[in-house]
Parts: sequence; structure tokens; C-alpha cells
Amino acid sequence: MKEIVVIIGGGIAGLEAASQLLKLGYTPIIVEKSGQLGGHVAQWNRLFPDMTPAKDLVSDLIASSKDANIFLNAEISFINRLKDNYNVMLSNGISIISRYILFTTGFRLFEAQKKEEYGYGIYNQVITNADLEHWFNTGKDDRINGKEIKSIGFVHCVGSRDEKARNSQCSKVCCITAIKQAIEMKEKFPDAEIYCFYMDLRLFGKKFEDFYIKAQRDHGIHFIRGRVSEVSENIDGNVIVKAEDTLLGKPIKVTLNLLVLMSGMVCNPDSTRSASMLSLPIDSDGFLKSSDNVMHITSSPRNGIYYAGACTGPKTVPETLAEARSAVLEIHSRIIGQQK
Amino acid sequence: MFGFRISPSSAINLDNVSRDRFSELCRIEPDALRCMACGSCSATCPAAEFSGMSVRKVLLYLQRGKEEEAFKIMNNCMLCGKCTMVCPRGINTRHLLLTICRIYEKEDRR
Amino acid sequence: MIYQGKQKIWSDYQKEIPDDHWFYVRSCIRQNFFPGSEKMFMEICRDVLKKDFYETEHHTTCGGIAYHCDTIPQETAMTIVARQFALMTEAGYENYVASCITSFGNYTEILETWHEFPELETRIREMLWKACRKEFKIPKYLAHASDLIYKYRNEIAEKAKFRLVNKETGEPLRVVEHIGCHYSKMFPSKGIGGAEYPYVLAGMIESWGGSVIDYPERRHCCGYGFRQYHVKANRGYSISNTHKKFESMEPYKPDMIITNCPGCPYFLDRWQYVISEMEGKTYGQNGYGIPVFTYEEVAGLVLGYDPWDLGLQLHQVAVEPLLDKIGIEYIPEDKYKGLNRKDILRPGLPANMKCF
Repeated sequence: MKEIVVIIGGGIAGLEAASQLLKLGYTPIIVEKSGQLGGHVAQWNRLFPDMTPAKDLVSDLIASSKDANIFLNAEISFINRLKDNYNVMLSNGISIISRYILFTTGFRLFEAQKKEEYGYGIYNQVITNADLEHWFNTGKDDRINGKEIKSIGFVHCVGSRDEKARNSQCSKVCCITAIKQAIEMKEKFPDAEIYCFYMDLRLFGKKFEDFYIKAQRDHGIHFIRGRVSEVSENIDGNVIVKAEDTLLGKPIKVTLNLLVLMSGMVCNPDSTRSASMLSLPIDSDGFLKSSDNVMHITSSPRNGIYYAGACTGPKTVPETLAEARSAVLEIHSRIIGQQK
Repeated sequence: MFGFRISPSSAINLDNVSRDRFSELCRIEPDALRCMACGSCSATCPAAEFSGMSVRKVLLYLQRGKEEEAFKIMNNCMLCGKCTMVCPRGINTRHLLLTICRIYEKEDRR
Repeated sequence: MIYQGKQKIWSDYQKEIPDDHWFYVRSCIRQNFFPGSEKMFMEICRDVLKKDFYETEHHTTCGGIAYHCDTIPQETAMTIVARQFALMTEAGYENYVASCITSFGNYTEILETWHEFPELETRIREMLWKACRKEFKIPKYLAHASDLIYKYRNEIAEKAKFRLVNKETGEPLRVVEHIGCHYSKMFPSKGIGGAEYPYVLAGMIESWGGSVIDYPERRHCCGYGFRQYHVKANRGYSISNTHKKFESMEPYKPDMIITNCPGCPYFLDRWQYVISEMEGKTYGQNGYGIPVFTYEEVAGLVLGYDPWDLGLQLHQVAVEPLLDKIGIEYIPEDKYKGLNRKDILRPGLPANMKCF
């Protein structure tokens, strides 16, 4: 009998895991709460550092996992443990019995309006990284279209490294995303002055530093070390930001036509909810707790439950894909081991 | 009359910073933009500990429109080239400083 | 500006304010700065709205200014406050309302501190007993007096004779609201509307017909900042902050400013005169300043009280242009008549700012 693996979440981790499981001859079942596959990446336009179109990646993943059973618009109603199996009950009334569950529940973007001082949802010209990608994808946003854009700001670490927002973790990808988006905006608005307000620049990945140098030298993007402390709106509807230039030790302010908040990655409450049905532990950062953060990042402390991608913490796309493959290999080894 | 005055603000208003000369500098020396503020230049500068000279600060001052402050510390540079040796981004700091003098001195001969 | 975004925040920061039965404590300085305000508060609450408000001549300062200027330790301030609570307890009240913003901040900070460190509360109880043989209960509800006028704002609007509307044009008056720092910056959840977009005064303005101005330096300090004004060497910082606010609000052409703090209206009012002398610049229309009011004064005005009974002659910036705009009648020659029509003498006029 072909072993069934329930995959919770149809983002890139879930799709990649399904495709690998299919290759190994198993029967993956993807449960996706929304009406479409691809998760956050499907909403993005291009991916750093090579500007790969996100839709190409997502459509490749969907194509290679098309033989999986996929339930869209389906949530987990409850999961309970039987003797050797789990019984997964979906909101559409379907129940699945499986020995293996893979959590690919991902993250949630920090709700930028929680940082009240930045005025998202209050000042018209304040948008988020996700709003900007939406504009790249659709070309639709009245905050940008038809407006004179001469100055743009990017605020790093919105809801990340922020104990008051209850997210002390670094979201990892925002620095490089800000640089990517800053370059893209400079290409669209060559006359605009673009400012990135950062606390530290954390450019850890392959070619990230090259991207940073390119932003500085080829695009003249201004990097200001200092966290934006307050945003307000002037009489023209533009925004004024206050920060400290901590390298100079002086307060700084600038008027901007557009301010982009780099909302960070926070734990997905849906993943916490499903995890609680299995009494899975939550780590101090609110994400799911792996059985070991070095050796066994894709394993949970419970038999048959595995993790991949941003459900255990902020991840890049390649890291997520690699974890999906790694988790599949763990499941495969386990199945082989049980058959012996 | 009152024994106190309205204090001038020390805040930098980027709306009012003129970028013409810095842009000219970057055209000739694109590397001026590549500084990542690591501070290697200042740490090793033989003039720094006595005069505050720092290539990092010179570049920062110029970008924030604080040209006077930049010239004040730059005047202490001895052009020894040590900062060029240590810059991890390979900025030719010595050449950069000479270009700054050339561009900015057109108007600010001192 | 997305108004719905603000409404969302306002709905997140609401606090429970009982309708009646309050123990009221006055501010140390307001009775000198704006003497009609606290009187008007009591008059509105007791006589107009028929509520039960109690006050006693035995209460003292809360110690807030001394605490914020580092001249007394917090334990001393706590013991002073404990005594005030004892007076409330003795009078049989559970709801405590302060006239002063810094007092409100001080009380809030102390109650939060006792909540976190109950052993400190025990020590203060001992100290109070040793000092004056008094015992106290912690207030069930703590409010600032502006919270109550906010709560009663619609009742006041129903009884109002005037609205914050330009009589000639029918347009709402453009009103700057300024919130005292100690109202909610320390404890955002204790203020109506929170700390970034407080609603306490904006709600009154909307209810009474005006339109609220949100200008870039809205959240900035009025300039008083105890250590800035009281330390004479720092006085230049005080006026510089005020100057920054006026420069920022100027393009919006405000008709008036409403405040809820003892210091803010004073400094926003008086520093306009000083700025006019130093810089030759005024921020109101036709060479006048922008009139600055306490929320009680504005409540009194819309309810139809005589401006001179409200103490508006003690303002530096002339209020007459605003009274004319709203259509409030007043007798110019009565401006400098005090109690029993006694002549209280006319002040000298500024060189650069028009006054009456």
C-alpha cells in the first residue's frame, strides 16, 4: 500500500515536499486553507538575488506536484492520535488517516498597523513590502500610480527584532528584500532619492552582499543606520519620517512621497492552532519547536510529525525548498525503517 | 531681551541637502558610494586620534550636506595611504580624498 | 489621511469611565494659569450635568513636578499620593479624577508600580500610617478630567448654545488638539485613543462641530518639559520646541488650539508672545496669535458662558477674533473687570502680536 503523507499548507514548502514524495512513490495530500497554491511566494513578483520571476517558481512547483491530492479552501478541524496513526479531520468533512503529517504552515506577515507610530492604514503614502510586490505584479495602486514619486523610504525591521511587538527574532529576508525593492523602484523612478533605514544590514546569503554593493554604487541608494521612530503626514499628503543617523549621531528627517514598511515574518497562528491539537511544543520565538535546532530542524518531538519551511522560523525560498526535500527524506527513511 | 534664544536645530533635514557636488564626485569616483562604514580607515589613520580625521566620516558628512565638518577633519589627512591598504571594499581612499579636494575646492578655496 | 484607520485605533483604546460619583483633585498650577478652568469643570459636572463630584480643601500637590524634577524620590511622591487616596476613601468615593495631566500620569505610574511590586505598596501604607495615621483603598477607577468631559461631550453638545463653526462661512473651525505628554505616552492603554493618535480631545472637537488638524509635529512636546523650562539655562530648548510646533501647524491655518494639560496651554499661549518679540512672527490671522484653550474653557464657551467669567482675559493671545468667528457675544469693556466689577488693570501690549 502506498503510504499517505498529509501536508498542511500549500505554499512552496508543501508543493516541493509533495513533488518529492510523488517521486518516491508515496501519496501526498495537500491541505490548503486558501483558494490557491504557492502561499506568500505566489504574491511576490521577483525573487532575490537573481530577480527570478516568482510565478515561474510557483508554476513549476505546482506542475511537479499536480498528481498529489489537493484540498483547497480546507482547514484542519481537528487532529487526533489513534494507535499508530493520526486522524486528520478537514473543514470540508473529509477525514484522512495517516501515519505521517508534514507541517508546511509557513509564517504570517507582521501586521504593520500594529506599529502605530509608522501610520500604516492611517497615512495614505505608507505601504508595506507586500503592497509593493502587489503593485509590481498588477500595476494597480493609487498610492503610486499618478503620483509624483521623487523620494522613497524603506524601513527595515518592522515588527522584527522588536520585543515590544513580541517578535524578538530577525526576519532574515527583509534586508535583502528592501535592497531588491529599492533597486526595482530606482529602476522605475530613476530621479527618485531612495533611503533605506536599517539597524544592522544582515546580508548573509549567496550574492546578497553583491546586491548591496550594486544598490550603493550603481543605484546611489542611501543607507541610513537608524530606526525610523515616527512618521507623520504633511499638508501635501506626503510623509515625514524622523530617525537618528546613528553613524553621525544626529537626528535626521526627510519628506517622502512613499514609505515602504518591511513587515517581518511572524509565526502563523493557524500553525500554532494545529500544533496545539497534537500538543506540539512552541519555541520561545512563537514558531514551532524542532526536536533540535541544529541536527533535526525538520523533526518534531512526536513520531510521524515533521516540519519544513518557515513554520519553524523565518526562512529564504532556497532554505525552505531544501528543508522540504530534507523532511521528505526523513519521512522516507522512517518508512523504509518501519518496513524492515 | 529674554536671556535665552530659539536654539537652532541640530537635526539634519535631508530635504534641504544639496547633492550636486557629491553627485559630481560619484561620477568621477563611483567607489565613494561603496563605503559600508566599517571604520577600518579611521582605526588605522595616524591622524585620527589627534584630529578626528576619518575617511568614513568625511564621506558621511559630505552625503549629509555637512561640508564644513568634512573639510575640517580632512585638512589633517597626510595622504599616507594606510586607509587604502585596509579598506575591505578596496576603495582607493587616497585618490578619493584628492578628488574631493579638487571638486569641492573649486568653490571653497581655503 | 485615512480616517477609518484612526477610528480602528480609537476603538482599540477605550477605557471604562463610570458616569457619576467622582473624587476630584485639582492641579497645583492651573488655578494660576487658567483660573476659570477647574471652576468651570465643577460647574459643568455638578450644575449643568447634575453629577456627584466631591472635592476637599485638604488635598495637596501630588508631588509630580518635584518627582519629575528629581527633587523628591518616588517613595515620597507615593506617600503623598497615598494620602490623597486616603482622603478619597474617607469621603466614601471609589472613582478618582485628576485635573492635572502630570498628576494623572503620576497616579497611573504609581498604581502600575504597586501592581508589579506589592511589597512597595505595603511599605507606603506603613509610611502613610506613621506620618499621619491614615489608611486608604486603591481607587476603583482613575481618570483624567478630560476623560470625563470626553465622556460627557455629547451631552454638552446637546445643551450647547454655540458650535465650533465659523458663523460667516458655516465651515467647521480648524482645531489643533494638543495632548499632555503624561496623559498616555507612558501608558498608552490608559488614554482614550492611545498615545499615537489620542482621541480624547479630538472626540470633543468632533462632537462640538470643529474639524481636527493632524499636522506633522502633533505628537511633539509643547515645550514646557519641566527640566527645559524650570532650568533657566535650558529655557531656550523650551521655546524652540514650541516654535517647532507652530512652524509645523502654520500651513494648516488653525483657528484655535485645545489642550488637556496644565503646562501646555500656558506655554503654547505665552511663548507665542515671546516668539513674536524674538522673531517678529505671529501665527494667527491678521497679526494675531492662535488662541489656546483648555478643554473646560471650550466646553464653557459652547455652553454659552461669558468669556470673561471663564477667565479668558488671562490669555496672552487675544481670544476675541475667535469669539467673533463663532459668534459668541462679549462686552469688550468688561474684559478687565474682576470680581464685583473691580478694575483689574490693563496689561501692556506686545510690540509685534496684536492684542486687545
